[in-house]
Amino acid sequence: MAVLADKYADRIEKIFAKYPDKRSGIMDLLYLAQEEYGWLSEDALREVAALCDVDPTQAQSIAGFYTMFSEKPKGKYWLQVCTDLPCALRGADQFYRDLCEYLDVEDGGTTEDGLFTVEQVMCLAACDRAPMLQCNFHYHENLDMDTIKALIEQWRAQAQHDIAEPGD
Amino acid sequence: MKHILLRDLDIPDIWQFDTYIANGGYEGLKKAIQEHSPKEVIQIVLDSNLRGRGGAGFPAGRKWSFIPQDVPVKYVTVNADESEPGTFKDRQLLEKNPHQVIEGAMIAAYAIQATAVYIYCRGEFWDLAHRLEERIEEARRANLVGEDVLGSGWTCDMHVHLGAGAYICGEESALLNSLQGLLGQPRVRPPFPAQVGGGLYYHPTVVNNVETLSNVPWILVNGADAYKQIGTPQSPGPKIFCMSGHVAKPGNYELPLGTTFRELIYEHAGGIRNGKGLKAILPSGASGPVLVATDKVLDTPLTYEDVAALGSTLGSASIILLDEDTDMVWAAAKMTHFFKHESCGKCTPCREGTYWLDRIYERLMRGEGTQHDLDMLTVVPKQMAPVTLCALGEFAANPVLSTVTQFREEYERYIRRAEAEHPELAETMRTVTRGTTGEIPEAVAEGGL
Ligand SMILES: Cc1cc2nc3c(=O)[nH]c(=O)nc-3n(C[C@H](O)[C@H](O)[C@H](O)COP(=O)(O)O)c2cc1C
Ligand code: SF4
Ligand code: FES
Repeated sequence: MAVLADKYADRIEKIFAKYPDKRSGIMDLLYLAQEEYGWLSEDALREVAALCDVDPTQAQSIAGFYTMFSEKPKGKYWLQVCTDLPCALRGADQFYRDLCEYLDVEDGGTTEDGLFTVEQVMCLAACDRAPMLQCNFHYHENLDMDTIKALIEQWRAQAQHDIAEPGD
Repeated sequence: MKHILLRDLDIPDIWQFDTYIANGGYEGLKKAIQEHSPKEVIQIVLDSNLRGRGGAGFPAGRKWSFIPQDVPVKYVTVNADESEPGTFKDRQLLEKNPHQVIEGAMIAAYAIQATAVYIYCRGEFWDLAHRLEERIEEARRANLVGEDVLGSGWTCDMHVHLGAGAYICGEESALLNSLQGLLGQPRVRPPFPAQVGGGLYYHPTVVNNVETLSNVPWILVNGADAYKQIGTPQSPGPKIFCMSGHVAKPGNYELPLGTTFRELIYEHAGGIRNGKGLKAILPSGASGPVLVATDKVLDTPLTYEDVAALGSTLGSASIILLDEDTDMVWAAAKMTHFFKHESCGKCTPCREGTYWLDRIYERLMRGEGTQHDLDMLTVVPKQMAPVTLCALGEFAANPVLSTVTQFREEYERYIRRAEAEHPELAETMRTVTRGTTGEIPEAVAEGGL
């Protein structure tokens, strides 16, 4: 199985070119695998490990160490809301509770339609623009329930569109 | 005042290569390479007494001077992990003033004759990191980065490395491990990063914060003496203060070191939100001791030495304001939860200590805290902090000890309420040995509570 090696040969070459040691490419490759498969399954971890010549258990421990790697499938939109102290002083806890209620999910859960996963995360270096969240690694800041509801509608529409026209 | 660091506030397009060049960009690097030997560059930065902005305040020139000259491979690593709660300055520098960071890093690299520069960005700076690679490519095309820089015969390329969400990777030795594709946990020192065996791929390495390096181009162009005209003798230069929490106008403020808390908060940042009173200040994010907002504190100049004299630290100057209505026990619970989440687990006192502390705060928040818990909050941090492998253990102790000692009454209120509502808890506690001797009671050590 060499999906990544075949499909992303150029990108992988560029990643390895940055470092004197292949091993340093592991984080970039884990991102690449996550982008391709949506999450890091054992197979995906084995594939990455083989690419950078490390043991699969090492790839696994690195994947488990960082919050941005996911060893479980997530919703199509992975919403990570910062509820750390500076944001919480500006209403982030309440915002998170309201968001969970609006999407009808538990803390850390995924909506029944599989579209949204919600999680609390630590400071994202955007404390002056709270409440804020990260959706699939892009920031959305200075939020309130009105703005987030509008974004959620956009994401739902996008998901509909993606189903209607896959690969678009 | 014209900004030295946050130049985007005066020139919004300064992130663009042409605009940066039109406004004196890369003159510092040119001057360094064309007019000075590497040794002279280190001397200039030493003379400026530029101190590290990543938290510890260590003089940058001294750090560079530790790098041995006669080794073939050396690195500069830019610390852009920026994960301290309340810190968001490096993000503005990288996003809005990227060429200044690149230039500063290249001057540092020239000074130690580095063979490559790595910028370690926290993973959440995903978009930013990809744009930064484009900015580096612009500099590369202009022969300011890469092969035979400015025809000097010195070659040094620059790359961006993305982290993936771990506060500990901001600690310099954990950062190096993470960059090497190892688990992002701190190393035992010595050897230190500047020494053979201690740096990136075990070669001598300088690790500097983004803001530290952003000062360097200005110093090269204007000289060390001009730099020392700003700030105080022991803490020279401009500093970015990140204002968050209950402040009226949150954001980054660039002011000379030595500005007082009062001026920063009330003249620049608009005072406290909703006209409330100010109760407490966290001058260095979650990791430094909290200060009660007395007149004495407010009139203190923001320098490394003056904030230390108050019993806290300036750190990276991420200033979180807490208004008169803030529940300090809740605030300490939040910070403790952060450190428990971010403890890398390598050493037992920190892994276990932060876990216990977090559990105690959970009990307090649930309204089930006891007098015994309060005793533990003074015992556990003192046992943990001095024996941990890296400074995170000490950081985790700070919010706990500084709130327990200065806001004890608030903790006692929680406990009185809990004991009134759950008399059975108070009863159980009477049968447990009190932690007054500084020992952790067995019941706790065995996880029995
Ligand atoms: C737990 C921990 C987290 C840290 N996080 C950061 C960080 O995010 N950014 C940073 O520049 N320094 C951070 N530091 C400090 C670095 O270890 C190091 O001192 C700094 O990057 C040196 O750069 P400077 O001398 O330019 O300040 C952290 C230290 C510790 C102990
Ligand atoms: S003190 Fe904490 S964060 Fe630092 S090495 Fe030990 S366990 Fe890891
Ligand atoms: S606390 Fe939320 S971004 Fe910093």
